[in-house]
Amino acid sequence: MTLSLITEQLLNGVQLGVMLFLMSAGLTLVFGIMNFINLTHGSLYMIGAFAGAATQAATGSFLLAMLVAPLVAAAAGLALETTLLRRFYGRDHLDQVLVTFGSILALNEATRMIFGLTPLRMNLPPALSGHVDIAGIPYPTFRLAILITGLIVAGLLYLVIMRTRIGMWVRAGASNRPIASAMGVNVPLVFAALFGAGAALAGLAGVMAGPILSVQVGMGEPILILALVVTVIGGVGSIRGALVAALLVGVVDTLGRVLLTPALGSMAIFVMMAAILAFRPKGLFPAHG
Amino acid sequence: MAEPATNLSRLRDVVPTLLILAALAATPMVALAIGDPFIVKVATRVVIFAIAAVALNFVVGYGGLVSLCHAGFFGIGGYVVGILAWHDFNAEPLWFMSGTSDLAISLPAAILLSAMIATIVGAISLRTSGPYFLMITLAFNQMFYYGAIALQKYGGDDGLQIMSTITLGPLDVSNRYRFFYLALAVLALTLLLVGRFVDSRFGMVLRASSKNETRVIAVGVDPWLYRLAAFVVSAVLTAVAGALLAAGQQFISPVDMGWDRSGDLVVMAVLGGVGVVWGPAIGAAAFVVLELVLSSWTTHWQFVFGLLIVLIVVSLRGGLADLAQTLFARRSGEAKHG
Repeated sequence: MTLSLITEQLLNGVQLGVMLFLMSAGLTLVFGIMNFINLTHGSLYMIGAFAGAATQAATGSFLLAMLVAPLVAAAAGLALETTLLRRFYGRDHLDQVLVTFGSILALNEATRMIFGLTPLRMNLPPALSGHVDIAGIPYPTFRLAILITGLIVAGLLYLVIMRTRIGMWVRAGASNRPIASAMGVNVPLVFAALFGAGAALAGLAGVMAGPILSVQVGMGEPILILALVVTVIGGVGSIRGALVAALLVGVVDTLGRVLLTPALGSMAIFVMMAAILAFRPKGLFPAHG
Repeated sequence: MAEPATNLSRLRDVVPTLLILAALAATPMVALAIGDPFIVKVATRVVIFAIAAVALNFVVGYGGLVSLCHAGFFGIGGYVVGILAWHDFNAEPLWFMSGTSDLAISLPAAILLSAMIATIVGAISLRTSGPYFLMITLAFNQMFYYGAIALQKYGGDDGLQIMSTITLGPLDVSNRYRFFYLALAVLALTLLLVGRFVDSRFGMVLRASSKNETRVIAVGVDPWLYRLAAFVVSAVLTAVAGALLAAGQQFISPVDMGWDRSGDLVVMAVLGGVGVVWGPAIGAAAFVVLELVLSSWTTHWQFVFGLLIVLIVVSLRGGLADLAQTLFARRSGEAKHG
């Protein structure tokens, strides 16, 4: 195990962490505000990836794919929220799990019906397909681009949530919905916007993962489960917790797979989660008091 | 609670339970009569998943704890049987013991191992509640899943084929019919056991703490230990179901312990009805048969199936058990939901 390999894997880990943050941001805030477990978040990621791949196949433009994917995912998310999921906010968690579980099955199969069984491949634009030198290590330009894009989006999101009025409403809703509502925050409206934004971020993560992984049905669930782990470790409803936990999970998962066997490495984050929860059952940065 | 009401409700549990067991017991005869042994295979699958769903419902329906790691325990049971049989077939000792294809040894081993793992997992997961519990158990399920994939020696991704003949003591249970009745006996025991637990003080504390935890604590009872006990019992019974699956189909693979299989088990329980002990058994039967019928119609059966699940959650709140009881009550002129 050389230093350069470790550095490369660390970068990969941070890159996975950034993607996980894009996924968990929506998940954790939706959960924090509505106390709703949205298992379809992984499907939105998949929808984003497929929308991106289809756009690129039709137009040949990767940039356009990057723009279309979040929009399609947001539209799908809002459609799902307004027609179905909205009815389940007051229901117990068992019903929420079932309705989202059923939706996942239906969405996965619908995608399979439209795009078939063979995974789609996304090609990299020439500008991003090479390597760049980072401290003497050749690192794929595209992965670096993901890392930077992810960091920028994550940073912007962090600023919006932590420093703006809208972000204040969101945080208020996440930490205490009835009080926020009583203080004049239009929680349903804020929430709908948030759901759409969360879906868009999931779609963006999906299309960015497209060229690295293959775009296929069922790609959403592994990342959903990682995002749930991030949400739980970070503390539900906490954007700061999601950021820290996403980077932690990304790095541990990536290094685990390299240092141990891939399967054993995949177990590492769950062991880590168990260890953290054994001491802090509410996660690292709980949003609810 | 008045005494006659208790008797009546007990009767409401006993009659359907006996009906379910009798109907299942008759299926091999039907299979023989029409000469279609495939029916026995399906019925065995129904029975095995019924065991798991009834076991899961003990924590979901009565404890209010939606566990999504039960497929993991199911798989652990299956892998214990599979791995012991592998060592028996290859005549290679497993640490201090030799392998075995005898369920009289491998079932207790599955029970012991799953109980130990469930105690650890439960102790950690039950520090949280509600949605947190759900997400944590989901993560644990994935841990088991990847754990099974990591078992390279035992097939890894491809799963583990059982090459030796499975016995129960001196009895050869590789016969399809004999195995079916073995599984059915386990289902009967499971229904009896869970029914007794639900009616006991243990079950009462469990139900009470899912309805109002604060009151239970105020009365001076710590629900944590009761929940942990229920979780372990439920996990162990699920592991037994998994052990039977592995023994019956001579095969176990990580697919049998994926997180979607955990979701399937929850769907079975809810489809049947979480309010009664025997509900999930009907749910498992409906699920297995529905899966079979839909997949014979179209390769895209999961689409229909997913929509059906959504529809069931939206409309059929009490599950099939409640539907049956309502129909029965209406027929006998008893206004149950009046």
